[in-house]
Amino acid sequence: MDFDLSTEHALLRSTIRDFMESEVAPVVEEHEREHRFPVEVVRRLGEMGWLGIPIPEDEGGAGMDTLSYAIAIEEIGRVWGSLGLIVAAHTSLGCGPLHLAGTKEQKDRYLIPMASGKVIGAYGLTEPGAGSDAGGTRTTARLESDTNGAGGEWVIDGSKRFITNAGQAGTYIITARTGTKEGGGAEISAFILPADTPGFRVVRIEDKLGLHASATGELAFDRCRVPAENLLGERGDGFRTFLKILDGGRISIAALALGLAQAAYDAAVPYAQTREQFGKPIGSFQGVAFMIADMATEIEAARALVWKSAWLKDQGRDYSLVAAQAKLFASEVSSRVTNAAIQVHGGYGYVTEYPVERFLRDAKLTEIGEGTSQVQRLVIARKILGLRIG
Amino acid sequence: MALRIVVLTKPVPDPAAAAERLGPDGRLDRAASPAVINGNDEYTLEAALKLADSMGAEVTLLSMAPPTGVETMRKGLAMGAHRGVLVTDPALAGADGWSTVQVLAAALRTLEYDLVLAGFDTSDGVGGVVGAGIATLLKLPLLSSAAKIEPNADAGTVRVRRISPTGFDVLEAPMPALIVGTQLLGEPRYPSLKGIMAARSKEVVTKSLADLGLDAAAFGGAAARTKVTGTTKPPARGATQVVRGTPEEGAKAIADLLASRRLI
Repeated sequence: MDFDLSTEHALLRSTIRDFMESEVAPVVEEHEREHRFPVEVVRRLGEMGWLGIPIPEDEGGAGMDTLSYAIAIEEIGRVWGSLGLIVAAHTSLGCGPLHLAGTKEQKDRYLIPMASGKVIGAYGLTEPGAGSDAGGTRTTARLESDTNGAGGEWVIDGSKRFITNAGQAGTYIITARTGTKEGGGAEISAFILPADTPGFRVVRIEDKLGLHASATGELAFDRCRVPAENLLGERGDGFRTFLKILDGGRISIAALALGLAQAAYDAAVPYAQTREQFGKPIGSFQGVAFMIADMATEIEAARALVWKSAWLKDQGRDYSLVAAQAKLFASEVSSRVTNAAIQVHGGYGYVTEYPVERFLRDAKLTEIGEGTSQVQRLVIARKILGLRIG
Repeated sequence: MALRIVVLTKPVPDPAAAAERLGPDGRLDRAASPAVINGNDEYTLEAALKLADSMGAEVTLLSMAPPTGVETMRKGLAMGAHRGVLVTDPALAGADGWSTVQVLAAALRTLEYDLVLAGFDTSDGVGGVVGAGIATLLKLPLLSSAAKIEPNADAGTVRVRRISPTGFDVLEAPMPALIVGTQLLGEPRYPSLKGIMAARSKEVVTKSLADLGLDAAAFGGAAARTKVTGTTKPPARGATQVVRGTPEEGAKAIADLLASRRLI
């Protein structure tokens, strides 16, 4: 057993940390304040190969492992939660389904430009009325045969909500009902939808509690036509594909949560050491010291879970239980630690002059996105108990 | 034929980690201190890599360090250097500048090169003498304070723009030559992800003093001509005054502050 990172992983970590602190940190505040998507920063990440870290090289990516990806998202999130979310959604949710279910032609046409950082990806699963209950998907896709005898076209109608990278993505992977299964349940299939498809619009960008520089939006499909070959995976396989995608996506959201927690901790420790009250550093009071001790311990435990889930995935082993545990634990740790960091800072923590209030606002999303904490508990309990739990 | 460049890269305590430890003799405990490539050495490495990009060059990293120096070197390899040579020997613990000069010169005698690049100084020792020392021992032309390096492979010469108090001088020397660089050579690149992956399979040759035909007793702490007589921690920083406001307001407040202390 070895808890040390390999030289490559350590080098990746220090490279990303250096870049984030030197090149990216100076522009975070203005983008967050102006709710502005960091187009230029994302372009540079693409050039450096950061937008396809776990995607194989022949599919346009860097061909690194899941642990590398988790380390990268943590280090990005440690400086800028919004950017961490942008990269995680692009990689896990945008590139992920194409890597998993795409044909050679689909990969060449859509995945390579995304994984090599030229096109941003997004994933449209959630709908106004279908969040955790993805079976309630109302968006439909209907196959219209071509009079010329070619494969025909899918006609997509409906809408999606809370979609990360909305309006910025060039390629969307979306799910839609394509019929009804024998048991009466919805037959869900996945489709590749280029952003310039006629009838497709981003109708709203959400105003969120945090993660202001990431774009979250509502997608509308009004008789959107895509060629038959834009069906991703087999018809009716959309549900199974997205469950696998969410398994992997959880690792990245857990890593993002970890980065935000680490950022809050990195701010709280020097503050506790240097801020003086009653003639001594506030860290010498147990009330503050013990908060720091708890933060450090919880972060350490969360990182162990995140890295273990990544490691299991890299070993080709079943990682879905540990990924759900990592996502659940790291996101809740992130909320606790970022909240405690504000407490350590006192009044300074509550004002925007210090960055710690941003960490808490950003961290809250990690308890909701890609499966709420309650859904993670359901996934975990079902796997352990083998019972239907509602 | 491609230019052959040796870049001297010293592992130094990571300034960002600020976790360096001193041993009982007051010297740095290198094994216990997280190390990175000396900052100034990254600028000369960048210059070498730019030459490799523009005219083709084989870039070799040369370090004298404990065995962990191999890991530190990986970053340079990930940036694009082709291979590494690490001189490591337990007898070198506590080596001073003079030992370093002799050992690196001996290592260079085993290598083929057109240029040797050295950083301006190192962030731990801050001696700034190793480059000049090696040039002296190996009888190489020494071109110092380089802001720009322009080799002419056909003519077998190298031209350097050397910064001076009034501007710059242009120096030219036959190759092989030793060049001491400055930060004006340009910001070091970040390793790309592909570079990090590729670094794994690049060769790092390790050499002991015996491999270089050197007598271990003549180097290291016992043979050092300089010694540490004592260490003190720098005083804690005083209270910091933070200036806030628009750039204009901030600039005026800082100028007023400096003026009030008669610093400008």
